[in-house]
Amino acid sequence: MLSRVAHSLYWMARYIERAENIARLVDVNLQLLLDLRNLDEKRLAAHWLPIVKATGDEEAFFKLHPRATGQAVTEFLVFQSENPNSIVQSICAARENARMVRDQLTLELWEELNRLYLFIRSPQARKVWQRSPSEFFQEIKAGSLHLNGIANATLIHNEGWWFVQTGQFLERADKTTRILDVRYETLPERGAPKSVNQAEALEWSAVLRSCSAWDAYKSIYGAEVNPRLVAEFLLLNDNFPRSVRFCVGELNYAVRQISGAAEGYFRNDTDKLAGRFLAELQFGTIDEIFDYGLHQYLDDAQVKLNNIGAALFNAYIYQPFESPDGAHMVQQEEQQQQSVELRMANGESFSKFGIRNSEFGISL
Amino acid sequence: MLKNYASNGGFDEMVDAQGAFRSHYRKFQKLFQKVSRPEFDAKRQTVDTNFLRQGITFNVYGDAQGAEKIFPFDLLPRIIPSKEWEQIERGLAQRITALNLFLHDIYHEQKIVKDGVIPQYFILSGKHFRREFVNFEVPKGIYISVCGTDLIRDKDGNYLVLEDNGRCPSGVSYVLENRRAMKRAFPGMFETIGVQPVDHYAQELLKSLRYIAPGGMADPTVVLLTPGAYNSAYFEHTYLARQMGIEIVEGRDLFVRDSRVYMRTTKGLQPVHVIYRRIDDDFIDPTVFRKDSMLGVPGLVHAYRAGNVSLANSIGTGIADDKVMYCFVPKMIKYYLDQEPILPNVPTYLASEEADRKYILENLPQLVVKAANESGGYGMLIGPKSSKAEIEKFREKIIAEPRNYIAQPMVFLSQHPTYCDGKVEGRHVDLRPFILSGERISIIPGGLTRVALRKGSIVVNSSQGGGSKDTWVLYGDE
Repeated sequence: MLSRVAHSLYWMARYIERAENIARLVDVNLQLLLDLRNLDEKRLAAHWLPIVKATGDEEAFFKLHPRATGQAVTEFLVFQSENPNSIVQSICAARENARMVRDQLTLELWEELNRLYLFIRSPQARKVWQRSPSEFFQEIKAGSLHLNGIANATLIHNEGWWFVQTGQFLERADKTTRILDVRYETLPERGAPKSVNQAEALEWSAVLRSCSAWDAYKSIYGAEVNPRLVAEFLLLNDNFPRSVRFCVGELNYAVRQISGAAEGYFRNDTDKLAGRFLAELQFGTIDEIFDYGLHQYLDDAQVKLNNIGAALFNAYIYQPFESPDGAHMVQQEEQQQQSVELRMANGESFSKFGIRNSEFGISL
Repeated sequence: MLKNYASNGGFDEMVDAQGAFRSHYRKFQKLFQKVSRPEFDAKRQTVDTNFLRQGITFNVYGDAQGAEKIFPFDLLPRIIPSKEWEQIERGLAQRITALNLFLHDIYHEQKIVKDGVIPQYFILSGKHFRREFVNFEVPKGIYISVCGTDLIRDKDGNYLVLEDNGRCPSGVSYVLENRRAMKRAFPGMFETIGVQPVDHYAQELLKSLRYIAPGGMADPTVVLLTPGAYNSAYFEHTYLARQMGIEIVEGRDLFVRDSRVYMRTTKGLQPVHVIYRRIDDDFIDPTVFRKDSMLGVPGLVHAYRAGNVSLANSIGTGIADDKVMYCFVPKMIKYYLDQEPILPNVPTYLASEEADRKYILENLPQLVVKAANESGGYGMLIGPKSSKAEIEKFREKIIAEPRNYIAQPMVFLSQHPTYCDGKVEGRHVDLRPFILSGERISIIPGGLTRVALRKGSIVVNSSQGGGSKDTWVLYGDE
């Protein structure tokens, strides 16, 4: 498979997953506000600011908006074209990546992604959003889940498919850590809090719902919501499809399908890092994690995921070859990047060869 | 819906001068009568939505949003009886044979120049003549593997060649997609009417490409080289690659080492043997042609010259679709094949010839002037439809650069009933058949019928507001 094609498939999957996760995050937090009392500007900012922080785009946000109001944050995360990770831009980027590998996709998959793209670029999208944000988010979430289903049911499960899987689960694991990190400021630096008040419990259940984990959580832990159990569930549960452990398990499996390395062995850094991280999640406990500090642990987890992404890029996409024409190649690459950056500057949607934010310092 | 259709002068494809249906349209007319207006509208909408949903679109250059448009599609098919088509087919085969012989000749002995048929000046001054390829042996002697030749019909219905596109002709994906759309919209018609299929184009194309593999190797790796997703024909590139089951690559996917071409895959480098390139000569290799090209592959031309990779079309074919060279095609046919051209040219005046130039400058308001090396309807003057100022601007250009201009009398393209704004009216059409040369010459029945949707307009290019139709070549003549 062409390296470029693998790369585009990987990013297509990541961006679809990204759009869905942001949709859930914003949706749940908008609904949560309905349950909170005495909302002055300060409390509202305290509610929204962590969400921007969790996305990792705080700096970009404050360049565009003076304060973290609900309107500013939702605009930034949903529509803002200057935010390359907004829902709209994520879908545009997913579709753009898909377009570059159109020949590798099935008609069904392409049509659905194109439909979602046409919807989100239409004036209709804004109208739906103004009438009912949750209907709007439903459209995005359903679109993403639909795409997952179509991909699963129509794509050949060949090498390209495993790049899709790698992208999807890497992105999902990353987003789960970020959503879990939203309320870290209410936690002690180390150790789990002994008890939580009602408002905090609501916030932690919002975290669960942002990961579509509410029903699954209840079935295991009952109705009691506390940060220790929520974190255990979202990090270490081995059966819930959005828990970090589950995602890294799938990721580890997918990268081994690509490299051919057996479980317990590795052929390149991707295999090695994925396997190592998985083992850590398999043999770690939530008390150890809280003792270490949840926020720090989540930070580390994001770095590990980024390193896996970088290793994948080095192993399969970016292959430096020795040759007399090498200098030209480098120049050519630079020009490609410049041209895409130029397009970005002109407001076009784009993305390939890791030009979106950075290949390594992925933010939400 | 066709009941009140009347030709508004000029040659009409469907009705004759008396307004009666031509015999090859009668079966269609009978079936089409049964389609009610609401049914027709519903079909039209479905087809458009399908095109948009499938992303069968072209990019509009200069649009900051990176907008894509669908190529407007008209549901009324253009129909060609089989006898007429056979004639066209023979004419096109004759023409491509002569063009390939011509290219071989001018890149070798230049006999046609030495024998005084074409002045040397015209060839050496051709923008697309590649000196670098003189005396280079092109695999199997095929310079143009894929040619798109534009045909029009004059007021008496005679087919004339308007131009040859021997570089990277596009549009064939629309031929295939239009047919699919028509089959979905009017499934019942095809069997009754008897329409020759076009689906085998991709197989034929792949065959032609494999035929020119280096050293006649048995199982070459063929790829399609695209400028990328921002190119206006990108949809077509992915479409053809998928149909042929070959990789679609961009310049940066390819890599040249020791004069061999490889593609970068997740498993390392893999050799490439035939490249169906949809990038112009200028951009194909920055070490040889344009240094600023970021689309090409450094070292590709060297690998080509070394005979390790084949290109379709070859480099330097652009000289054959230079509009000045076009004037000489009938002479080429005579010279190389000793035959009379089956498909005549549109009468053409060369601005670089003293007498012709005088005629052109005196008759600008009646003539169509074209730049010799432009395509896509850019850089042309349609005298009868232009303002004085526009005409004067062109006059200066012609005087300044006579080699770069030709002029033709305004030929009224034939017209075809076309659905426009709620009713069916005559609109001008042309026809671009696609000619493949490999082991043999193969032409899929019909081609792309382009239609100028603006009333009275004769510019059919997609970039200038044109649309397209399905083209039906019948098994029989009725």
